[in-house]
Amino acid sequence: MKNIPIDINESSLVVMDLIFKLKIRDVMTRGLISAKRCDSMHHIQQLMKDNSITGVPIVENKRLYGIISIDDIINALEHGYRDDPAEKHMTTNLVVLDEDMPLSFAINYFDKYGFGRYPVLNARQEVVGIITTRNVNISLLMALIKEIHELESRIEPHPTPDNTYMLKEYHVRQYGFDEAGKASNNLKKFLQEHQHPTRLMRRAAVAAYELEMNLVVHSTGGTLTIIVTQEKVEINVVDHGPGITDVEQAMREGFTTANEWIQSLGFGAGMGLPNARRVSDEFDIESSPDGTRVRSVIYLNPQDAPAT
Amino acid sequence: MKLDELMKRMQAETIQPGPDIAIQTAYTSDLLSDVMAHAESNSLLITIQAHTNTIAVAFNADIRAVLICHNRPVPDDMKQAAAREHIGIYRTNDNQYVSSWKVYTLLQG
Repeated sequence: MKNIPIDINESSLVVMDLIFKLKIRDVMTRGLISAKRCDSMHHIQQLMKDNSITGVPIVENKRLYGIISIDDIINALEHGYRDDPAEKHMTTNLVVLDEDMPLSFAINYFDKYGFGRYPVLNARQEVVGIITTRNVNISLLMALIKEIHELESRIEPHPTPDNTYMLKEYHVRQYGFDEAGKASNNLKKFLQEHQHPTRLMRRAAVAAYELEMNLVVHSTGGTLTIIVTQEKVEINVVDHGPGITDVEQAMREGFTTANEWIQSLGFGAGMGLPNARRVSDEFDIESSPDGTRVRSVIYLNPQDAPAT
Repeated sequence: MKLDELMKRMQAETIQPGPDIAIQTAYTSDLLSDVMAHAESNSLLITIQAHTNTIAVAFNADIRAVLICHNRPVPDDMKQAAAREHIGIYRTNDNQYVSSWKVYTLLQG
């Protein structure tokens, strides 16, 4: 298995850009814990234990002489030479990295040589730090998070139709019970602020909540969009699957596919979709294994509602 | 009857004080969809569902207070959500049946 699961030749442009832009010096640990040639193996074992590390470079006056790894310590314990100086057992055939190299070199080295850490030298051949797979993973993760934020901030919002006075999109996660209710509660607060009749608010909130919970309980995640215009509240739900096998059956009260722990939370009573339809003036649902789409409309003025 | 007085007479523990309003009726259910479909506005909900989703449902259905049965533990995020939405949380050792009977008797009396 690769130490760091990134192909440094064939990854996405963003990843390639990151691993060439980041330098070893941006990623390495600087506060280096080292020992001297004359320090005992026992002393180094203690250093590892105290600092939760598995390798200690042997450094004097910034010059690198060798490295003692946890394997060397295990050998020392096994063969009873804990009191020997490090000099006698350290690895001297060292692979090092230069602080100016791009991160891609480190990723390559971890795969090529199989060491757990590499000392890092500057142009004057002085030890300036050490790099581990943990350093690489954390810095890559942080850089990717930053990159994703930037990409997301560039996404254009949907154009808002002229007569819309609220448009909100919620991303709903599977089993995201803690967040559930956000969309419907916000919708209700919005309608409350605009002084719509209580019964109407409740209908809209019920439709939004049931559809939101359906995403949480049954889908692998999806999006709930709420549009409020002068005339109506429209709730659109799109998920990524797994789809409803029999829509007609799902619309019947009491039919449920929810498991026991979901039911123990008070959901999955087989009332969600029937409830949402009952409070809606218009209600459409279509489903395939690729996903389900639901549209619920509630008119703000009852006379606009189609006769049912 | 005022919510506060009703809960005092029930000898229920106040977890999060509710609004100063009169309660006309209550609804007993542990199925949240059932609550949303059938509970009346400005009512009290009697349930064992002690989690934040109960508050989300109560808010949507205009329920003003929740009575948790069986002394079930109430998590902090539920209390915070209730405080934010001005919904009361009370707790009793009684089960849903006994609680419902007590509330019914007090509201009819």
